[in-house]
Amino acid sequence: MSPAVAIFFVLAALAVFGSISLIIQREPIHSALSLIVVMVALAGLYLLMGAEFVAAVQIIVYGGAIMVLFVFVIMLLNAGEEERTNFSRLATFAGIPLALAVTGFIAAAIARSSGALPAAATSGALTDTKTLSTLLFSDFVYPFELTSFLILVAILGAIVLAQREN
Amino acid sequence: MVPTNYYLILSAILFGLGIVAFVFKRNIIAIFMAIELMLNAVNLAFVAFSQSLGKVDGEVFVLFVIVVAAAEAAVGLGIIILTARTRRSLNVERADLLKL
Repeated sequence: MSPAVAIFFVLAALAVFGSISLIIQREPIHSALSLIVVMVALAGLYLLMGAEFVAAVQIIVYGGAIMVLFVFVIMLLNAGEEERTNFSRLATFAGIPLALAVTGFIAAAIARSSGALPAAATSGALTDTKTLSTLLFSDFVYPFELTSFLILVAILGAIVLAQREN
Repeated sequence: MVPTNYYLILSAILFGLGIVAFVFKRNIIAIFMAIELMLNAVNLAFVAFSQSLGKVDGEVFVLFVIVVAAAEAAVGLGIIILTARTRRSLNVERADLLKL
């Protein structure tokens, strides 16, 4: 087993255990910390694939900004332990088959098309940040500008929703 | 050299765990975190395909997905604060009326 494959399995196990921990924990703050573990593991996988810029954005925006927002809201609402209700047992019987079916369908599709994909990701500088930014500001410049409007509208919406009514 | 299929299957597993969390969790904040987990799984598939096909377009899409996730988090957490304030509970089963 080459070192890259070994690193992949370590990071993949970290991501899967983090996701399982997100489901098992009853306190929202513990779930949030598990999700941070998943995001850091995914950033490591992006680095392994040679996508350095995406890895940095993943850490800064997801692991930093978005998760801090989650932790703020958990503290603000003083969110305690989750309650169990009768309906969540119904969700147990409906949810596990659903998730297994979706995962199975996707995995079967991947396994069937295994020959079609070109050989795997090299951990070289296939896509350096310069190529990425050139593409982002040439071909994708209109979507990029639209995202600034999206963020503006989202900020306004968040302010309008969260302000206290008088 | 890690085969691309490994990344795609990991992405499918994480997406499935995201669905399980979405169906199982009763806390509205935890359900929102399950959505973020599914978005992350999709991002992993995007980067894996991008590296496999030797095109940068997939990584640009990942950046857009992250931007949309950030906007979604801002609006979604505003809605969560509002529902928690009016219903005095974070359990989604307590939020079964459109109008109080």
